[in-house]
Amino acid sequence: MFLCLLVICFGGSALLGGVYLITYQPILAAQAARVNQALGGVLPQFDNMPAEEAYQVEVNGKKMTVYPGTLNRELTGVAVEATTNKGFGGQIIVMVGFLPDGTINNTAVISHTETPGLGDKIDPRKSDFSLQFNQKNPESFRLAVKKDGGQVDAITAATISSRAFCDVVDLAYQAFRQSIQKEGGIQ
Amino acid sequence: MSRLQTLVNGIIKGNPTFVLVLGMCPTLGTTTSAINGMSMGLATTFVLMLSNLVISLVAGLVPSKVRIPAFVVIIAVFVTVVQLIMQAYVPALYQTLGLFIPLIVVNCIVLGRAEAFASKNKPFDSFLDGLGSGLGFTLSLTVLGTIRELLGSGSFFGLKIIPGDAILIFILAPGAFIALGYLMVLFNKLKKA
Repeated sequence: MFLCLLVICFGGSALLGGVYLITYQPILAAQAARVNQALGGVLPQFDNMPAEEAYQVEVNGKKMTVYPGTLNRELTGVAVEATTNKGFGGQIIVMVGFLPDGTINNTAVISHTETPGLGDKIDPRKSDFSLQFNQKNPESFRLAVKKDGGQVDAITAATISSRAFCDVVDLAYQAFRQSIQKEGGIQ
Repeated sequence: MSRLQTLVNGIIKGNPTFVLVLGMCPTLGTTTSAINGMSMGLATTFVLMLSNLVISLVAGLVPSKVRIPAFVVIIAVFVTVVQLIMQAYVPALYQTLGLFIPLIVVNCIVLGRAEAFASKNKPFDSFLDGLGSGLGFTLSLTVLGTIRELLGSGSFFGLKIIPGDAILIFILAPGAFIALGYLMVLFNKLKKA
């Protein structure tokens, strides 16, 4: 009885190990491709490899990844991959690109589980909601929905998703401020 | 039962979704669009074929006391294989199906076929039974997905054909139940005729 289970588990793990080895590289490549695609969309022109120069910044106990973009060794922008759990359906991961002065260049939703047809309008492919953040500087632009005294037009029938999106952009901005401070101002 | 009957049985007479009403969780969860439903069906078909085949090969050697754990391990192995392959080669699809792929392990259809058919029949027949049930499942999910996508977002396999907003509820959970209920009625009516 034990022997039989042992043999089955052993055979199973051998097969899994094999498949894991074969798919390991393609999985890494697929994940990197997704990050690179998002970086290209949110950062202004750059000629370095932001994914290789990425580092982590901690805001409110949460770790966020910061990708600096440079052109001819001059900082042109910083992309921050931020995560919030305040979404209606759980986690929302967004890549936010900042210009060196803190202005939001563009945002890209990496992953979310918001309600299809309502909350998923945070994705720029579904609605223009996230475009209102572009070219705004959180220094002067209050990152909260109008209902909460901010300046963001919420998505109709998806206030929680809209709030979560504001929250994630705000987290990204804090991470950006920290990273700029750490680098001793603009490089 | 002839081999052809074994194959066709899973598609019509023993259709997992409309007749046996098994595997409702992925059925309701993944059919927000036709392509999602179809992919989920095909992933399940792959697991069903291989797990049925292997289980019928080892069924005689496994003592009946540890039958279920042994079957679950075999099924879990194939599900993980599917998961890794999808993650590597179709990352976009993996993103949308996400959680439902690992859930194939506990899909009643897979364990049901293993227990009811594969453990008592020859390997090739079990393989055909897995293929038939899988195709039946794929067919139901594709039909349900097509209808929900058409009504809920006005598109057909991702191609927008009705401009503007559609009946949103069909994309959400209640719409899934409504559409599934009507399809069951229709399928059982047609089956009798």
